[in-house]
Amino acid sequence: MTTATGTTRTTGAVGTARTRVEGLDKVTGKARYAGEVPFADLAHGWIVVSTVARGRIRSIDDAPVREMPGVLAVLHHGNAPRLQENFVGTMGPDPVAEILQRDRVPHVGAPVALVVAETSEQAREAAEALVVAYDTEPHDVAFDREHPGRYTPEATVQGPAVTEKGDLEAGLAASAVVVDELYTTPEQHHNAMEPHAAMARWDGGRLEVVDTSQGTMMTANDLAALFQLDPESVRVRSEHVGGGFGSKGWVRAHNVLAVMAATVVGRPVRVVLTRRQVFSLTGYRSPTAQRVRLGADADGRLRALDHDGISLTSTLTEFVEATGAFGRAMYEAEALRTANHVVALDVPTPTFMRAPGEAPGSFALESALDELAEKCGIDPIELRARNEPAVGPVTGLPFADRELLTCFREGARRFGWDGRDPRPGVRREGRWLLGTGTAAATFPAGVAPSTAAVTAEADGSFTVRINAADVGTGARTAIAQVAADALAADPQRVRVRIGDSDLGRAWLSGGSMGTRSWGWAVMAAASELRERLALSADLPPEGITVRSDTTEAVGALAERERHSYGAQFAEVAVDVGTGEVRVRRMLGIFAAGRIVNPLTARSQFVGGMIWGLSMALHEEAFRDRVSGGLANGDLAGYHFAANADVPVIEADWVHDPDPDDPVGIKGIGEIGIVGAAAAIANAVRHATGVRHRALPIRPDRVLAAGAAPEGTARA
Amino acid sequence: MREFGYQRAHDVAGAVALLDAAPEARFLGGGTNLVDLMKTGVERPALLVDVTELPLDGIEVTADGGLCVGATATNSDLAAHPEVRRRYPALAEAVLAGASGQLRNMATVGGNLLQRTRCGYFADTARPCNKRTPGSGCSAREGVHHNHAILGASAHCVATHPSDMAVALAALDAVVSYETASGTGELAWEDFYLPVGDTPHRETALPPGALITGVTLPPAPVAARSRYRKVRERASYAFAIGSAAAALDVRDGVVHEVRLAFGAVASRPWRARTAERALTGGPATAAAFAAAADAELAAAEPLPDNAYKVPLLRNVTVALLSELADRTEPTEGAQR
Amino acid sequence: MVPPTSSATETSSGITLNVNGEKHTLPVDHRTTLLDALRERLDLTGTKKGCDQGQCGACTVLVDGRRTLSCLKFAVAAEGREITTIEGVADGDRLHPVQQAFLDLDGYQCGYCTPGQICSAIAVIEEHAAGWPSAATADVRPEAGPPPLDADEIRERMSGNLCRCGAYVAIVGAVARATEEVRADAVPTEEALA
Repeated sequence: MTTATGTTRTTGAVGTARTRVEGLDKVTGKARYAGEVPFADLAHGWIVVSTVARGRIRSIDDAPVREMPGVLAVLHHGNAPRLQENFVGTMGPDPVAEILQRDRVPHVGAPVALVVAETSEQAREAAEALVVAYDTEPHDVAFDREHPGRYTPEATVQGPAVTEKGDLEAGLAASAVVVDELYTTPEQHHNAMEPHAAMARWDGGRLEVVDTSQGTMMTANDLAALFQLDPESVRVRSEHVGGGFGSKGWVRAHNVLAVMAATVVGRPVRVVLTRRQVFSLTGYRSPTAQRVRLGADADGRLRALDHDGISLTSTLTEFVEATGAFGRAMYEAEALRTANHVVALDVPTPTFMRAPGEAPGSFALESALDELAEKCGIDPIELRARNEPAVGPVTGLPFADRELLTCFREGARRFGWDGRDPRPGVRREGRWLLGTGTAAATFPAGVAPSTAAVTAEADGSFTVRINAADVGTGARTAIAQVAADALAADPQRVRVRIGDSDLGRAWLSGGSMGTRSWGWAVMAAASELRERLALSADLPPEGITVRSDTTEAVGALAERERHSYGAQFAEVAVDVGTGEVRVRRMLGIFAAGRIVNPLTARSQFVGGMIWGLSMALHEEAFRDRVSGGLANGDLAGYHFAANADVPVIEADWVHDPDPDDPVGIKGIGEIGIVGAAAAIANAVRHATGVRHRALPIRPDRVLAAGAAPEGTARA
Repeated sequence: MREFGYQRAHDVAGAVALLDAAPEARFLGGGTNLVDLMKTGVERPALLVDVTELPLDGIEVTADGGLCVGATATNSDLAAHPEVRRRYPALAEAVLAGASGQLRNMATVGGNLLQRTRCGYFADTARPCNKRTPGSGCSAREGVHHNHAILGASAHCVATHPSDMAVALAALDAVVSYETASGTGELAWEDFYLPVGDTPHRETALPPGALITGVTLPPAPVAARSRYRKVRERASYAFAIGSAAAALDVRDGVVHEVRLAFGAVASRPWRARTAERALTGGPATAAAFAAAADAELAAAEPLPDNAYKVPLLRNVTVALLSELADRTEPTEGAQR
Repeated sequence: MVPPTSSATETSSGITLNVNGEKHTLPVDHRTTLLDALRERLDLTGTKKGCDQGQCGACTVLVDGRRTLSCLKFAVAAEGREITTIEGVADGDRLHPVQQAFLDLDGYQCGYCTPGQICSAIAVIEEHAAGWPSAATADVRPEAGPPPLDADEIRERMSGNLCRCGAYVAIVGAVARATEEVRADAVPTEEALA
């Protein structure tokens, strides 16, 4: 059995398609997101952002604004509550969170003031009227691979900055076939549909924040540290989250300023970012420039692999888009080097965005593999098969499991890959040139310690309490399914409480680790509860509660190469006369652990693939060199795929339960995007005979590149 | 957004009187552009005169076989109207290519003509822009301009007009009717939009305080064979990077009559009269279409990042006219 | 000639909004959009604010039966209109076929664009029944007849509702299924739809 929509165990809740437990609330409009929870006496904050890219605030003329109708307060660096200096958050030093603390302006669109007023209309008008004068300094926002300020960081969030094995130059020199190309990806923005919003209020000596967060534990702990409060006195709730993709959970302008304002005016205050502010205040994916060098024997066996990428960061702090991390566990090569560099510019600080590192990194390396396959005259799937490693190419560690080729075989069968004519530029249908492409995907399968509590209620129902977040993944539903199986109960009898820092310590919804981390903790508590219930039939009125903490179990995991894998396939149509590229179909086959809920899992895989499509063809933020700001910082200028861009997209999976996870989960949030853009770019090459190494594959680029006449396909 | 008064007008005379009395007033139609510009601070009216309930939403065939479209007819109603689709299919297609279903339900025909540019610098009040703040400079010329003008621009402004509908109207010789406090008037299409020159903030020849009351399309049998083709950076819900409206009447292989207009290339919908002259009376072949497009685009003055629009418009023109030529010959006669 | 009335200088008005069949009388700052009036004043937060600029479709409601972006409509300009929001599309406890199809087929993930998608889809089905063409229609001339509401037509007609989670594939399926159900229900009143 190579594929299964579902899993080997078909009797339990896990592996059975279930609609979302909060689905009714979402389709009827009852589900309330962070900016929608009503509070008596609520005041509204409107953020004022900087208009210069570098300099100092000379003056803020707040006196006239304080006299405007409804205005309650104007906060700025001259009067704002003091925050912890040199703040270190959950993810490390985080100077971005130190808002309104100094006169230094690090980029266009940085917070410089908050106006608080009775209504949002009054706050907006007062914020527009606030005159801020700057002493400007020359700025530099021009990202360039050869920028003189480039450096190699000490490390990245995805491991070492550089890994080296073998003699790269010798390997390249000895290779019969060499690919040496530069690939670029632009600045990309998360743009979750729900803009960041937070309400803060003081209630009986406790700070309560209603936020839009991928993990309220992180938000609460970081707010406590930033405002120098007892962590027990901070509660963050986040019932429904309108998408996050890596941009939510941090302490950023919306929640920091809401807390400041609530403290100053003594009322509940809500701060909602405008869409334009989302672009400058919540992080984004850095542009990247990646040089990939592959050296291989004539039969395609790699001798040398070099993946050398650079990204940008801000002058405030270092965040590295670790494109070089993608290739560390993918292919065998005697000489293997991966490197990440960075340059600090006068721009907002980039951050994690769906498959950080892997998404742009896979575009470069999986495009280069396709180029190598063509040069060697080998089918791209066969090329990958020939370079399958036995152990981790960099670490030497054994693979926990590795079903990459299973994915390719199943995908090839279902996509109709076999018998594909590899010649580029020879299929035409009216004005369209047609082509197909494939690429590999991988993402680390991680897990983090979490706690959970499961209660057997006196009425025979169960309540699971875990500080998970449902950002659209279907977390509530998946947790109920895991608990139901552990309790041998109907999922309908399991209530799930999530999204509240008072529920305890749990990993956030990120890194494709949420469901696995929570599932483990829930499994542990529920299993023990079931054993206890078996011993005693009598339930006290308050029920029986069992708590779990997976810290020890997670820490005891043996070191292995632990990853999810996938094979991406795409068919495209290209009109080289207009530059239009249309994706006609996509197929993704994934080996990503045990699939808890096939219905919502498919949605996540397909959603990730649509992100890949969008990255391949549409997404690009243009930074204006003169001003340092974005020239297209809204949803009419920054295009991500609309419905009409998206064809039939299928996602399915092969049997691949994680051998060391009690539920068998690996995590599926990110792998859908990995490799998808490369599959599309490879298909465009197959269609037109022209290789596009710069994303997005825009109409003007396709138009300029044209099509290579049959038989003369050029690089 | 500053505070503003609001009045709902019930007759045209009342509407123009209200505006005449208040220099900082604006007419409010569908609001799809004005409200956004008020939110970004580009527009700061003191009074909005809501014209959506004026009796100007009719779409009627005129006695001579043309079409009269009221200014407050919605884009949706215009595109759905059987006589528009029958007599001027390019107009229906152009409207349908614009915005989204929701926006077309709101947007009015009059407002569509008066859309402001979507240049990012125009919308950003922190940046120089001669169209928004005369004399402040043009940020696009040295900045991000891959979707800016290649024709008819000036050193002062390289913004494009965002409308799709207006491109079809340009090809159809539409006439714009208006009313002011001192009476009614008409503007021929060629006179409606002003050249950019050194006054990019002055966009139309409408007198101050004028309310567009309607658009009249003269009869144009050629338009029964017309199409609109739009190229954009995603498949829907995006502004054009290049578009063309064309109508073609080919008789015995010879171009009897042709209409051609380009979108997203200039501060106004660009009527391609040079190309039309080159084609009329000549062969209806791809080579002739290409030569005509080249003749039109010879005047292009692209910037470093928008030169692709020249081949784009050329290719779109050839494809569109070729399709119309294929469609009309030989099975359909010249009467359709 | 109509002399300016007091509201030409007044910056707020008492208005009555007719929402989901209920009349709400409230004073509004003229700057208040219909979207904010629904969310902040009437506590109808099902209508979402994704961009507040008419660029995403999350705020879609039905105004006099037509799908409309409530972020680009001032509340004062919505007086006298029949407004239907996501809270008003179900028939009591019985979900609208579009809602049920989104729920069953997982036509959403985070759910934030969902109310707008559903309101839009309800209107799409009606617009199509009324014979409206779209940009996906091969031939818009009336002689060509109405286009079938196939996947390409649904994709184009639903493109004014962005979804960042990427639920489009399931949304198209949900709209297709709901269309069949709405039409099955509507057989006796086919004329009313056309």
